[in-house]
Amino acid sequence: MIINHPILGPRDAAEFVCLGDACMMDRPDWQADDALDQFVEYGYLRDNPAGEHQELWYHEQGDRSWLVLTRNTLTHEISKVELARDVARARGRDK
Amino acid sequence: MSQVNRIKGGQIDRSQTWDFTFNSKKMQGHPGDTLASALVANGQKLVGRSFKYHRPRGIFSAGSEEPNALVQLRKGAHCEPNTRATVAELFDGLSATSQNHRGSLDYDLMAVTDFMSPFLSAGFYYKTFMWPRKFWEKIYEPIIRSSAGLGRLSMEEDPDTYDKGFLHCDLLVIGAGPAGLSAALSAARSGARVILADEDFTPGGRLNGETFELGNMSGSDWAALTVAELSAMDNVRVMTRTTIYGAYDHGTYGALERVTDHLATSGDQPRQILWRIYSKRAVLAAGATERPIAFGNNDRPGVMMAGAVRTYVNRFGATPGQQVGVFTNNDDGWRTAADLAAKGVNVIAIIDSRDAPAVCDVPGARHIRNAAVMDTAGRKGLKSVTLTDGQVIPVDCLAVSGGWNPNVHLTCHQRGRPEWRDDLSAFVPGGDLPVGMAVAGAANGSMTLAAALAEGHAQAAAQLKDIGIKAAKADVPQAEDEPRECAAFWHVKDSTKRAWVDLQNDVTVKDVKLANTEGFRSVELLKRYTTMGMATDQGKTSNIAGLAILAEAAGKTIPEVGTTIFRPPYTPIPMGALGGRARGKDFRPYRLTPSHKWAEENGATFVEVGNWLRSQWFARPGEKGWRDSVDREVEMTRGSVGICDVTTLGKIDVQGKDAAAFLNKVYANGFAKLDVGKVRYGIMLREDGICYDDGTTARMSENHFVMTTTTANAVLVFRRMEFARQCLWPNMDVHLISTTDGWAQFAVAGPNARNLLRKVVDEAHDMSNEAFPFMACGEVTVCGGMPARLFRISFSGELAYEIAVPARYGNSMMSVLMQAGAEYDAVPYGTEALGVMRIEKGHAAGNELNGQTTAHNLGMGRMVSQKKECIGNVLSQRPEMQREDAIKLVGFKPVDPSETLIAGSHFINKGAEANTANDQGWMTSVAYSPTLGHSIGLGFIKSGDTRKGEIVRAVSPLHGVEMEVEIVSAHFIDPEGERLRA
Amino acid sequence: MRYSAFKILKEGLTGNKSWKPVWREPDPKPEYDIIIVGAGGHGLATAYYLAKEFGMRNIAVLEKGWLGSGNIGRNTTIIRSNYLLPGNQPFYEMSMKLWENLEQDTNYNSMVSQRSILNLIHTDAQRDAFVRRGNAMFLSGADAELADAEQLRAELPFLDFDNARFPIKGGLYQRRGGTARHDAVAWGYARGADMRGVDIIQNCEVTGFDIQGGVCRGVETTRGAIRARKVAVCVAGSSGRVMAKAGMRLPIESHVLQAFVTEGLKPVLPGVITFGAGHFYVSQSDKGGLVFGGDIDGYNTYAQRGNLPVVEDVAEGGMAIMPMIGRARLLRSWGGIMDMSMDGTPFIDKTHIGGLYFNGGWCYGGFKATPASGYCYAHLLAKDEPHPNAAQMRLDRFKTGNVIDEKGQGNQPNLH
Repeated sequence: MIINHPILGPRDAAEFVCLGDACMMDRPDWQADDALDQFVEYGYLRDNPAGEHQELWYHEQGDRSWLVLTRNTLTHEISKVELARDVARARGRDK
Repeated sequence: MSQVNRIKGGQIDRSQTWDFTFNSKKMQGHPGDTLASALVANGQKLVGRSFKYHRPRGIFSAGSEEPNALVQLRKGAHCEPNTRATVAELFDGLSATSQNHRGSLDYDLMAVTDFMSPFLSAGFYYKTFMWPRKFWEKIYEPIIRSSAGLGRLSMEEDPDTYDKGFLHCDLLVIGAGPAGLSAALSAARSGARVILADEDFTPGGRLNGETFELGNMSGSDWAALTVAELSAMDNVRVMTRTTIYGAYDHGTYGALERVTDHLATSGDQPRQILWRIYSKRAVLAAGATERPIAFGNNDRPGVMMAGAVRTYVNRFGATPGQQVGVFTNNDDGWRTAADLAAKGVNVIAIIDSRDAPAVCDVPGARHIRNAAVMDTAGRKGLKSVTLTDGQVIPVDCLAVSGGWNPNVHLTCHQRGRPEWRDDLSAFVPGGDLPVGMAVAGAANGSMTLAAALAEGHAQAAAQLKDIGIKAAKADVPQAEDEPRECAAFWHVKDSTKRAWVDLQNDVTVKDVKLANTEGFRSVELLKRYTTMGMATDQGKTSNIAGLAILAEAAGKTIPEVGTTIFRPPYTPIPMGALGGRARGKDFRPYRLTPSHKWAEENGATFVEVGNWLRSQWFARPGEKGWRDSVDREVEMTRGSVGICDVTTLGKIDVQGKDAAAFLNKVYANGFAKLDVGKVRYGIMLREDGICYDDGTTARMSENHFVMTTTTANAVLVFRRMEFARQCLWPNMDVHLISTTDGWAQFAVAGPNARNLLRKVVDEAHDMSNEAFPFMACGEVTVCGGMPARLFRISFSGELAYEIAVPARYGNSMMSVLMQAGAEYDAVPYGTEALGVMRIEKGHAAGNELNGQTTAHNLGMGRMVSQKKECIGNVLSQRPEMQREDAIKLVGFKPVDPSETLIAGSHFINKGAEANTANDQGWMTSVAYSPTLGHSIGLGFIKSGDTRKGEIVRAVSPLHGVEMEVEIVSAHFIDPEGERLRA
Repeated sequence: MRYSAFKILKEGLTGNKSWKPVWREPDPKPEYDIIIVGAGGHGLATAYYLAKEFGMRNIAVLEKGWLGSGNIGRNTTIIRSNYLLPGNQPFYEMSMKLWENLEQDTNYNSMVSQRSILNLIHTDAQRDAFVRRGNAMFLSGADAELADAEQLRAELPFLDFDNARFPIKGGLYQRRGGTARHDAVAWGYARGADMRGVDIIQNCEVTGFDIQGGVCRGVETTRGAIRARKVAVCVAGSSGRVMAKAGMRLPIESHVLQAFVTEGLKPVLPGVITFGAGHFYVSQSDKGGLVFGGDIDGYNTYAQRGNLPVVEDVAEGGMAIMPMIGRARLLRSWGGIMDMSMDGTPFIDKTHIGGLYFNGGWCYGGFKATPASGYCYAHLLAKDEPHPNAAQMRLDRFKTGNVIDEKGQGNQPNLH
């Protein structure tokens, strides 16, 4: 596969490490009353869709940025590549 | 009898004659020959034996689809099994032998299976060989295994080398037949970066095997001229002897270039190169493969594909027979008859299954219409054929044409499904092609020469337009454009004899019908039950016929039955090529520590630690074994001072205003309040609450920390920290740099560690215990001004420091430390002594931090803060992970001190049966402690922290050993830590 | 029809004319006691044991494609019970014992071949871990044998002992491990289930579940609605897709594992061999092909195909330990979709929906588990309580913290 890195342009996917579903950015509030339940769901349950999937890839053999790919799990078509940090900020993550 | 079947013409170089041997028989051929064409020229009919029935077989095709003519090529370690003679280029001195027979090729003892064939129908082995049970592995299976298989490996290491390379292009053209050449020419003239690849050594595809005219020249001349033009262009790479074997995601194609397979030796060249081609667009112009018709005993040597017969005659100047018959269901088969007659070969009869007039005039040949071949005779070489009306026609070669199947293989590699076209009675590429691929020519069902040329141009132009390149104008020569009629005809139903569908795997029409009868009615079940299409030719000549016969038996249409799809590789690829240079010592790169050279010079034995090579111990003369060396290194370190290169530990530089707050989130214990100039031990959890790494982090200044990780997890920790920084807390002001390779770091341990370092660290730095106590850190200079970092940390339990200098000074730093330590009898120590001392001290390492254990298990549960946000603390609180009776890390010693503990033994309570239910835990690490004079161990055991003094059994049924051990503190030496604070 | 050498002889002498369909092709009935979704190895084994061991007959197995078209039809055929953890090992040893009697039990030759499996050891830490594992195997009643490098050199001289980047320091054998003819396993179970009255319905895709008031009462299919008292899902790589129709999210991701086979060769490998310092495992089929594989590609996918980096990585592993295969040729590669669970261990459990059961999360190890998985799932379906050997394979284990993580990689499926 070829990943079109937002900064570096097209790179072979072999340079990257795939972590999985981008929901792993949505880490729950550790102080919530039901934090344990939320963390179990966060840590272990996945949509695992057959189709479009937002997922985290890390450019380990490159610039070490984490990326969010929108990739189809049936065709492997990659329709969008974003810097994960931008996505995290857009989702309201802070410090 | 040399080259008895050599005739005039062809693209071979008769000015040179080469000798070669087949089964030690001396033969001759010419440059431009394949092994198969040379065998044809020499009149060698019988070339191999089939897989199951060991039937005598001859050459069947002239290309990579060959099911029969498989040979062992070359000798000794260079011997390669299963080579298709039809694609092996002849070279001077070539030696080939036939395979899959016991005794000689002519008198194969295993041919007895042919007479047993009624009992060996499809799937017979699923129904028997079950009694008695023990006989399968001992008797039945060994017999089956030794008679199965085809060629033989030499069992020696492959002596050749293989390279890998990467190529990029705008347009990849797969196949250099008329469609491919036309596509490549259009694209090349438009300035696009073009790669044209063809599996053959002479580009041109069918143009070389046919007698086509293009414009006013022969097809093969046009091909040669076109290739010459392409080769001269800077933007074009013409790759012959190169198979595009797979279509992968996003325009990536796998290609295998055979660099030296046509030479007697590889010399200093790689035998083959595995290319990964990144294309923006691709045109598949892979042509078509002729398909046979199944009839009784259609597998005799001499029964061949009609197109192949004329390829041998036209291209190679060799005729497969002197009295040739043609059996066809289509106009194209007539071309064989006409071409042979034109070369003076006797064509006896043209047997056409259609009730149609002659397609052309073939001098001397009978035209038998509305007829079919029902049976053949001639065990080791065809003698005659019997027609459905009973007449027997003596022939020594039968050219069979059942029509042509487009080579759709690469269109299926991403699980695209081909579509049926009734007019061609064939599958053509479906709509779901790999992204960026277009198909042209016969591969796309465009079966005439003119159509192939036109479509090649058109597809290339369309593909280039997609990527913003304007195509050059069409310049397609005049060519034949008469559609050739073909009637669907798969097998001769009147045949009562066995009729082969898959020649190599010996699958007959009856087998297909039996599979249908028994309920294996999906084409995939048919394949699996009969093994049809599973041979080395991947069913290139058999799949469609099998499908058609299954459809007929099931009363369905072919599209209803479906098609099996093709998988990579298009043709088989040597494992050596796929492995490339990554073998032997070069399997993975070595990482060497900065003091590697010094260690080599000083007698180190090295050990693989991940990709690192580390010093394991430093043997001295007179030492009888590794234990002598290791014991001495421990004793000398604990007695005075020892030095160890610990560079391999991961080092991460953490800087920024939020660095402290960030570390507080990635470590389970607190780091926010660590003082500047201090080091702290920390444990890291995964989000699931498991402790996966530990190490120390030093606060060099307010916003600058230096972290160490374990050697094994250096990459993983960095990855996860970047994840935390970029994805979880993106607004933190913190930056990470991996500095593992930037700094050489040495542990200096032992009671004289301070005295030694005092001589190396510059005077200005106060190294007293008061000024630089345990867990202090700081920037210092050494050797008169060279920058260094000093940490007072201890893995050994001794008074110890780690000193870091820029990596390029690492080797000399080791010398400096050893020279400075000479007066203290300083000793270099390796990973073994390091391991012994950490076990004596009770420190956890990889065997304890194995990704399955919690801080609670490790006895560090209280370090996991619940008062801050940090990775893993929430899930670490799950009830099963906080059990009172959880396994706990403790020490073990043998009740009988002369016994040697075994890492990996399990603990069973005294008096209990040794089984899974009674399993109490396991011994993780053991060592002989020279300090204590007996074997010691660390291990996890249920409720270990409350069981000290209890005796349990350490069992290792794997060794047949069981011993009593006492549960003790993991801190075997200096439990109060007085030494490291000294 | 009972299969035997005599039967083959008789048929051979009379023109092979009386062979009968191995299974019926029934139309679905309106209602069953149990519907099993998925006629793969595990689904068919479940039906077989339900009928044979638990006396149930009114069962349908629904299959979207052809029977055996899932991972039972595309795996690398290895059987072994060399697991480590108490939540796993007794289950796999149970499976091994069922393998050992499979042919006699089903009257179908699945070619269970106990020619051994060998895990190579390349470091001292690896040896420690394998000793722990070998002893865990012994404690469960399985066999294990620790070999040193000299023994291996004598037995397997073609391995690279003298020029290896990661020297071979020994190995852990399980002599009872080996291979089985994967398709035949499915066919044997299908035939045995069919003979006992189970309806195996091919080309029948489940499109939805009939769930009312928290209870599953049947399924919607491409061949109409079918009611059932219990619905047992068993669809491996399609688990996510199918259970989503019941509104469930699973602790599972779907990944592709590639597998490979070379051209047929005369016998070279005695058993299964796995490389301990790279991604490569290999055996030789009865037909002579070297059947091998390595690691999953590592990204979520439902496409049954992989990519080149993994193909090359696996081949490198092969060339590193047995450079004599350099001139053997890779014939075919393919990809299967693995239901990778969050801790690498499967599930055989009830769901929170009444009457709906789930079996999945087999990662790339489902084939060897086929008999025990079928048996334990049948036990759960028939008795509504887990079989003791599968008692820890629960969906709630992530909430309780009783994770079963053989590889110690944590909640990241692509590392298991």
